[in-house]
This record gives sequence, C-alpha cells and structure tokens, in this order.
Amino acid sequence: MAGRQAVKAYLDLVSQACRAVLIFLKDNKIPHTVENIAIRKGQHKTPEFTKLNPMQKLPVLEDNGFVLTESDAILKYLATAYNVPDHWYPKLPEKRARVDEYTAWNHANTRIHISSIFLHEGLLPLMGQPTHPEKLEKVLADLDGTLDKLENVFLKNQPFLCGDDISLADLLAVCELMQPLCSGRDILKDRPKLLSWRSRVQSALSDSFDEAHSVVYQIREKFTAKLSPCLKQATL
Amino acid sequence: MSLEMYLDLFSQPCRSVYIFAKKNDIQFDYKKISLFEGYQYSEEYGKINLLRKVPAIKDGDFCLAESVAIMLYLAEKFHTPDHWYPADLQKCARVNEYLSWQHSAIRIHGSKMFWFKLLIPKALEVEIPKEKMDNAVEDLNASLNLFEEKFLQDRPFIVGDQISLADLVAIVEIMQPVGAGMDVFENRPKLKAWKDRVRAEIGAELFDEAHQAILYAQEAVKTMDPKKMEHFKPKILRYFLS
Repeated sequence: MAGRQAVKAYLDLVSQACRAVLIFLKDNKIPHTVENIAIRKGQHKTPEFTKLNPMQKLPVLEDNGFVLTESDAILKYLATAYNVPDHWYPKLPEKRARVDEYTAWNHANTRIHISSIFLHEGLLPLMGQPTHPEKLEKVLADLDGTLDKLENVFLKNQPFLCGDDISLADLLAVCELMQPLCSGRDILKDRPKLLSWRSRVQSALSDSFDEAHSVVYQIREKFTAKLSPCLKQATL
Repeated sequence: MSLEMYLDLFSQPCRSVYIFAKKNDIQFDYKKISLFEGYQYSEEYGKINLLRKVPAIKDGDFCLAESVAIMLYLAEKFHTPDHWYPADLQKCARVNEYLSWQHSAIRIHGSKMFWFKLLIPKALEVEIPKEKMDNAVEDLNASLNLFEEKFLQDRPFIVGDQISLADLVAIVEIMQPVGAGMDVFENRPKLKAWKDRVRAEIGAELFDEAHQAILYAQEAVKTMDPKKMEHFKPKILRYFLS
C-alpha cells in the first residue's frame, strides 16, 4: 500500500484486546505508531480521549482520520485493508465463518471470565481492595466450562482453533488466556492439549508475542513480590 | 442439499437470523425448538451445536453457531444486497464495530432486564433484590445512551442512510426488555423514530411476526409451569444473582 500513512493505535498492553492488535500490526509489518494510554492512571477517561472514543475503552485505531474501536472490528479491518496472508481471516466462506463464530463467542465466554479473574485475583489485591474468594471460585468454575468448550468444540484435533493455520481467533484467544498470568495463575497448566496449542501459537508469533506480553510478565513479578509467601505458594 | 435453521424466537439472536433469512427470501427448513423445554441440552441438538446455544444452522454438512457468524455467512452465500454488510471497507468496519460492542453491552443488559422483570419473578418465583434491579436498569440506560450518542447520532441508521446487520442485531436486543413490559422507547424519541424506520425497512408484517412470541411473553409466563423451570433454576440464579 504505497504512499499510505501509518495507522495509529491507542493501546494499554495490560488489556488482552490491545495485545492482540499490537501483535497483529507487528507480525504483519503494518506501518503503525502506538500511543500508550494508561488505564490505571485514568487516561482513558480524559475529555480528549473520550472525544476519540465515547466508550472510554481500548484499543482504538486511527487510520488517516478514520477512528475505529473494538478489537474484532480493528483486526478484521486491518486484515482486509493490508491484504495480510489469507489464514488470518480466510476469504472462503466456510473458513471465514469459523473465525467469525469464535470472535463472536469470545465476548460472552472467554473474555468475560478472564476479565473477572483478572479483577478478583489481580487488580483488587494490587489496589489493596477487599477481595471475594467465593466470587473468584465461581468464575474459575465458569472458566473451566469455557476451556472445555475451547478444547472440545473449537480446537478438537486441529492444530489451531479454526483449522490448520493460525487465525484471528487464535490471536484473540491466546491474549485472553495469558491474562491470568498477571496474578501468577496458568489456567492451562493441567490441559496438555491447550498447552500444545498455546506453544504453536507462540511459535507462529515469536517476537511479537513476547514483546506484547512483557507487561504481563512484569505485572506477575510485581504481584508475586507484593504478596505474602504463603499466598504466593497457593497461586503458583 | 438444504439449509436448516434451529431457532427459538424467544431468543434475540434467533430473531435477527430469522428476519434476515426471510427478508432476503433465503429458503430454509425451520427447526422450531424450545429453550424452556431444554432442547438445547439434548443429544440430538449436540450433533448440531455443542455450544448448546441458539441459533444454529446446518447447511449441508456445515454446522455453524453464533448469529453474527451465521448472518455474515448467509450474506456472502446468498449475495444479499450490499447495505446489509457493505463491501466498502470503512462502512463494513462500522457494522463490525457495532456487532462487536453489543455483545457486552445492550445484549447483556437487555437480556438481564427480561430475566429480572419477568422470568425470574414470574416463572422461577424468586424476587430480585431492589439494588440489583436498580443497577440493571441503570446499566441498560447507559447502554441505550451510548447507542444513541455514539452509534446512531443523527443518522437514519447506524451506518448511514440504509439499514444494515448492525440495526437488525440492535433492534432484536432492544425489543427483549419490551417483552418484559419495559417501555424502553419512553422518553427516547430518537430511539423510537429509529425503531419505526427499522421496522418499516424490515417490513412491519415480518417484524411483528418475529416478535410475536416475545411480545406475548407476559401472558405466556402465566401459563408456564414453574416445575418445568426447576432444572434451570439453580443455573439461572447462580448466573444472575450470585
């Protein structure tokens, strides 16, 4: 796309969806700049940012004056605009439908439970707020159900969630499933099938994956350092 | 080779798929199922959709779940008019933006109101604590405000001058709390005007037909046997009230 200006991505890499966007931009060598918006500092609620995105959420993409929110929409837009390799968002209707099916299901399933775990196990303790262990237990049980579906309905015996190749579905899912590492919890540790899948995805994404997730590793360090030794033992 | 559609019109995403198919004269074998009867947990339905949700379609050997994925697939396969899911990159992105946002906004809040105002008190015979009810109303109002201010603004439809999948998905969700007796259009003239436009574009007859079950819900619940809902009760209460 000669002569095209770089896109601008407003991101906070603590957010799963933001990491997915950054990895996609880097992996596909899409010219871009990043503006870091720190959610923990309330930078997503400033009048300036609210003007950009009234929902006060991240990520946001700006492409030469065209402002787009929602990671699903952003990824599909970039995949089409930059003519990335077909496997990301296949043109064949049945294959595309599988990716659309996961990206839709992701919202009310993977994302919602992961966000809850991050809140109850990560954010609240880090902010010194009271926690609700019974709520965390409930969410972990709900996530277990979600992981069962991920393994048995989506992945099955395929290398990736939607078939033989990595797609937007794997990208969104892996960023979600990395989030609980912030509080030192590897939710995939007893699931060899999903662990293999995660390794395959990480290999496919190599540098861009680690770069985007450096924040997660940093938070994990901070988290395990801050907590008392016996709690540390329980979460590892 | 035929297209089978597994639908329960009590469910919002089933209504959008039903309306989309009918409006575009897509021929399908209508598999009417009942969520309240628990059909989604049957072994038979498991062969169609192991996610155990509706809607689902079976096109030849190809099974697909999730209303958004289904409608995008049908739009492509049956070459529906461009305005439903525009080829223009930016317009298409706007439709995708709405379809993404609505999952964790209007869909959740509208659904919750239907359960809180109707099904849980009337069919499960459990009272909703006032604070939870007030929060739910507030959440729905906040979503509707964002809908009007960010997605609709001063346009006739979400993406511009013509109806798209975004409007279709929006309207079926917004009608859900209406089924519980909540007039979401009261004091919202802009929303009402948009709803009237969407209904006219879809066709009043088709719109009303698709919404017949949900608008009759308050009556239907009176004849619903609470014992039939017992198997749902723990799961529902855990999901909404814990």
